[in-house]
Order: sequence, then C-alpha cells, then structure tokens
Amino acid sequence: MNPLRYLLFLVLLLAAAPGLAQVDAFTFENDEQQQRFRTLSNEFRCPMCQNANLTGSTGGVAEDLRREIHRMILAGNTDAEIEQFMFERYGDFIFYLPRLRADTVLLWFGPLLFLLLGGYIGWRIYRQASGNQQAATNVGLDPAEQERLRRLLDDD
Amino acid sequence: MKKFIFYAPIAAFFALAILLWRGLYLDPTELPSVLIDKPMPTFAMATLEGEPVGNADLPDSIFLLNVWGSYCLPCLVEHPTFMRLSEEGEIPVVGVNYRDRKPLALDWLDLNGDPFAYSILDEDGRFGIDLGVYGAPETFLVDSEGVIRYRHVGVLEENVWREVFLPAIAELRGVPAAPASR
Repeated sequence: MNPLRYLLFLVLLLAAAPGLAQVDAFTFENDEQQQRFRTLSNEFRCPMCQNANLTGSTGGVAEDLRREIHRMILAGNTDAEIEQFMFERYGDFIFYLPRLRADTVLLWFGPLLFLLLGGYIGWRIYRQASGNQQAATNVGLDPAEQERLRRLLDDD
Repeated sequence: MKKFIFYAPIAAFFALAILLWRGLYLDPTELPSVLIDKPMPTFAMATLEGEPVGNADLPDSIFLLNVWGSYCLPCLVEHPTFMRLSEEGEIPVVGVNYRDRKPLALDWLDLNGDPFAYSILDEDGRFGIDLGVYGAPETFLVDSEGVIRYRHVGVLEENVWREVFLPAIAELRGVPAAPASR
C-alpha cells in the first residue's frame, strides 16, 4: 500500500471511532432532563466495573442503572430521590463523592488534618533550625577573631 | 517535644504502611451489601416457567437466593454445590435468572440440572437492581422471616458453604456453630 493510501486508511479509521462509542437511545422531553441524565450518569460509579462511571461503562448493570435513571427522570423524580434510590441499593460505593457522615468525616477532612499536622511539624523544625543559627552566630568572638574566622573560611 | 518531632514521621510511616499492607489483601470486588438485615424487596414477577411469583411464595424456612445466568461461567462452577444442596434437601434454593434469555436459561437447566425450587425471571435486571446485584453469581442467605442476612459475591463452592454459610445458618437457627471440618 502506498503511504498516501495508508494515511487515508488511518484517517478514515479514526473518523469512524465515535461510531464505536456507546450511545443509549434515550429520548427526553427537554434539554434540561437530558442534562440531568448526563450529570447523574457521570456522578454514579458502576458497581461492576469499579473505576468507571455509569456513562463510561458497558457493563450490564450500568446499562440497567442508566435505564433506571432515565425512567425516574421522566417520571418526575428529583436528583435527590434518584441518589437515594441508588444509595438504598448499592450503598456508598455508588457515589464518587461519598456522603458526609460521622464515619466518612476522616475521608473528607483527613487530608486537611495531615496538611495541618505537616505544617505544624515543619514550623517546629524551622523554628528550631533558626534558633540554632542564632546560637551559632552568638559564640562571643570579638571583631578581630571574627575577621580571622572569615578569612579562614574564604580561603578555600 | 523534640522527641515527638523525631518520631512522628516514623510513626506516620508505619501507620500508613500497615494501612496499605492491609489494603493489598482486601478484595475490591467484594462490596458490602446495604441490604443486610433488610427484608427482601417487594416483588411480583414470573418464574422461568411463566408462573406468577411474589414475596408470599418464598420459602417459610431459611433459604438461599442464587442469582444466575446461562451466560455466566462461574455459575457453572458453583452449580454442583447447589445440585448437592437441593438433592440432599439441605436448604431450599430459589434462583434469580438475571439478564438472561428465557430459552437459553431453560436449555441451561435442561443440560446441567435444575437445583432451584423455581427461578424468578429477571430479564431486564430490574429485580437485580432492587437486590443491589451487580453481576452473577451472587447468593443471598434469607431467613424464615424473609430478611436478608448475608450476601456472597462470586462462586459458592463447597468450602464457602462449609466455612461461611453453615456457621451463619447455625447462628440464625440459634444453634452454636459447629467447628468447620475439612
């Protein structure tokens, strides 16, 4: 195959890629519903594929859950109701952002805690180090001795 | 105070190392079911044979609810366990034929044997959602009141039956669990 035809082949192949993307044939009454569907499918995690959201997963259960979200949106359920529906069946796992509760507080604020702890330790070390420096400059040399020390240090 | 600063990073390192070390041995595919200690979801469906079936038709005793499909290879692996349990009359097993096609499911039972009292037909996976199912095979242990007590994800082999299910059933019956024998 000559290079040009090869290139053409590649371009056509890439152009066809969106055709492979998975498309659900869901219809909505308005754009707002469609937008809500997209947002919700993006924020739920697929229980089977674990590291994909419902939008990105081809798993059977993800397909079912997308259909369920679609049905509930058309039935007039609010986002909070749909989230509750998922939570009652699949638990915290279904959310990429876990709910704020007593047992998830550490998950939410743990990083902040570590930042504060690290900052505190860093500050202590800094203060200690600058304290040492001060002590080092205060060893009680008279100006002549200091001049000699400077010359010795500059020598090499 | 100085000592604290010196030891804090080392202590933090070990705490983190232990945490991550434990994490290595957790199975991320085993999600805790939120339905434990909740009653079976209300359902009015049909069996694989076309008979209507609902909560009232569930066994009065402790039973297993096994989610299966003819496409599911692990289901074939655990199938002998369920055949034995049903042949020996150890515990009733109700099937949920999950996201399958009726003729394929019936063929599968013809070919491999049918250990189920009946199988609830869940072609579109809607019942599976109510059970928090995310893929066959899954097996629920349901008590005589129709309350879900335990959920096992994956293949239920004889050793799982002996080591996990038998003690759990003994506990439900109020009998002290017999030590698992090998």
